[in-house]
Amino acid sequence: MSARRLAISQPDNFQLSASAKKKIAAWVKKYPKDRQRSALIPALWIAQKDAGGWIPEAALRELGDMLDMPYIRVYEVVTFYTMFNLEPVGEHHIQLCGTTPCWLRGSDALIEVLERRIGPRGSVSSDGKLSWVEVECLGACANAPMAQISNNKGDDYYEDLTAETFEQLLDDLSAGKSVNHGPQNSRHTSEPEGGNNTLTGEGPYLEDKLVYLPNTAKKTKMSVHGGAPKAKRKAATTTKAAQKPKVQKKAPAKKAAKPKVIYKGGPTDGTPDDLKLIKGIGPKFEKDLNSKGIYYFRQIAAWKVADVKMVEELIDSIPGRIKRDEWVKQAKSLAKKA
Amino acid sequence: MGQTGKVTGEEGVGNMAQLLQDKDRIFTNLYGLEDWRLEAAKRRGAWLGTKEMIQQGHDWVVDQVKASGLRGRGGAGFPTGLKWSFMPKEVGVRPHYLVVNADESEPGTCKDREMMRHDPHLLIEGCLLASFAMRAHACYIYLRGEYIFERHRLQAAVEEAYAAGLVGKNACGSGWDFDIYVHHGAGAYICGEETALLESLEGKKGQPRLKPPFPANAGLYGCPTTVNNVESIAVVGTILRRGADWFTQFGRDNNKGTKVFSISGHVNKPCNVEEALSIPLKTLIEEYAGGVRGGWDNLKAVIPGGSSVPLLPKEICDTVLMDFDALREHQSGLGTAAVIVMDQSTDVVKAIARLSYFYKHESCGQCTPCREGTGWMWRVMERMVRGEAETSEIDMLLNVTKQVEGHTICALGDAAAWPIQGLIRHFRHEIEERIDNYRAGKPVFVPAMEAAE
Repeated sequence: MSARRLAISQPDNFQLSASAKKKIAAWVKKYPKDRQRSALIPALWIAQKDAGGWIPEAALRELGDMLDMPYIRVYEVVTFYTMFNLEPVGEHHIQLCGTTPCWLRGSDALIEVLERRIGPRGSVSSDGKLSWVEVECLGACANAPMAQISNNKGDDYYEDLTAETFEQLLDDLSAGKSVNHGPQNSRHTSEPEGGNNTLTGEGPYLEDKLVYLPNTAKKTKMSVHGGAPKAKRKAATTTKAAQKPKVQKKAPAKKAAKPKVIYKGGPTDGTPDDLKLIKGIGPKFEKDLNSKGIYYFRQIAAWKVADVKMVEELIDSIPGRIKRDEWVKQAKSLAKKA
Repeated sequence: MGQTGKVTGEEGVGNMAQLLQDKDRIFTNLYGLEDWRLEAAKRRGAWLGTKEMIQQGHDWVVDQVKASGLRGRGGAGFPTGLKWSFMPKEVGVRPHYLVVNADESEPGTCKDREMMRHDPHLLIEGCLLASFAMRAHACYIYLRGEYIFERHRLQAAVEEAYAAGLVGKNACGSGWDFDIYVHHGAGAYICGEETALLESLEGKKGQPRLKPPFPANAGLYGCPTTVNNVESIAVVGTILRRGADWFTQFGRDNNKGTKVFSISGHVNKPCNVEEALSIPLKTLIEEYAGGVRGGWDNLKAVIPGGSSVPLLPKEICDTVLMDFDALREHQSGLGTAAVIVMDQSTDVVKAIARLSYFYKHESCGQCTPCREGTGWMWRVMERMVRGEAETSEIDMLLNVTKQVEGHTICALGDAAAWPIQGLIRHFRHEIEERIDNYRAGKPVFVPAMEAAE
């Protein structure tokens, strides 16, 4: 077991913010009456976020009062669960997995990087930007070695690391640059590197439609509550996009036809452009964009705010990245050149 | 045993050359290549016929799951339908609860994560069906604290399902009221043990409870509760939709169905993949994970089911089938089907010593044999890694593992003991060699072959 203690030096006063209290109140509603104590772990997590990455003792007392618990019970919980930091951490807190599956894939090399740049386990870098601990299996073993990095943007997994990509990641974080979470090589998620060898086609994969519920006494037709999915409503977010080409058909095409927002049937409008020329688009994003039907600079150049938002959701990007990296602007100039 | 052993039933090893086809996969968005949202999930088949399934009655659902032969996917492999049938048939003053164990922390295991972030609606549908089967109106999904992205994704999917009337009052128009809540922990492996999970869900330290009473009798808040793994629940909708007989086509008798395998370690392409149970280990690694680094002959050992199960040396890996019974015959287990591959370059003693550290770190500290034993075993293992030990201490270590095993409230003591027992069973010579080398002043460990990378 891991024995943990509260920090010796504590802030003079600390109070949870109103928004943290509101979030905690929402959690309490999930549990039956008089079971508000169940919300303790989520509440501690909210408090940790509120206090800047660690939990001061004053927060424990405040939560004890809020949830009507003896302080000692709060103390027991906060010292038991290892995700609660009892001492201040850096702006980017790195939890590096060192358990056997990650160790087999080279987590020692990553530990060496962290020891060199930050110091021994549990230390904070002198500029306060980075801190790190070694943790036990984080459950992303098919993408080993990996680390979870917590900062004010989130708590994301960074997977398929090498010493080089990890150094680069730390550089970018320290410099305040935006980084992509998930695999740091060409992989999308946990498919085999170089492309999935199952689920390769266009789903759904079932050839015959399921109609009747099997193994019932009476023949029972199966239904979907609220109606079966409509093909044209491919995803809730593409509705807007799907309507656009219709409007364009009405308008007489004086200029060259406007590019479609999404080419569902593959790159039907000429050879696809090398989207990687846009700064901020790497092999992974290019693959993602292609898989969603985006192939051309002129397509990207024509994006409106709603399209950007939709695409960000489609490719699981952090909101705001496309604007920040100025994809549309870059695409416009690249489209002109082409 | 392999080809010659107790392969019974129609689906013997011979048919296993046939790999699972995409049309028979349950998790058709395992890699997140498609949208996770409701509309896309419906197109993949989720939420089809849920209402009609509920209209068949509580017992029909339980019977179908029993008939499918589904065994719990969280590690122990207990028949899921049977577990459900332990719940009281009538709801008394205490409400019933379903709790989904998404505290996926077993080293090597990373399958539930993919289901929750890429196919969350299959899980939510399964929760409704399972809750209905055991007459529960509320379900809690307990995610490990680190799965923050997955938690937000699942929460968003739950909200979609509420908005579409699929859960909530009169779920799917079936007349059954059902509430579903996402809860999370904060980094404690032990909370994957079902009673520790319930303690944690009640806002306490995650220390396992003595059994009996079992959760089906007195679980969450003292009410009848069933705790199931994410995968066990997420497959239920598809099993009912396609029929128990569809599910039983796959795998040997008593080991039916498909399963998501996580393949990690020294393979060319680590990955998650859904396959039929009873697939030969060698086929699994070679077909899906790009083979062992440096070729099959470069294989040293495999941990076939997550860190808690004893490892298997290459001779057994050559022929063993990946299911509950075949692995048990080799004194190992399927566990969570997390395959950790180690090639010839591996310091296998150190690999197991690292696991001993894991168990020492994760012991909840409640029972003395585990609290003291895990630390003791780890310290001895560390000496074994360096060769600084007496040969007689190998037997002493084995003896201590036997004294920890079975003498604790929960199975963490067993889980800490088994990897060491497996190591001594199959690689005793390597530990002895190290001790000899250390005494002779020679390098303690020389990898048999350079790593391919």
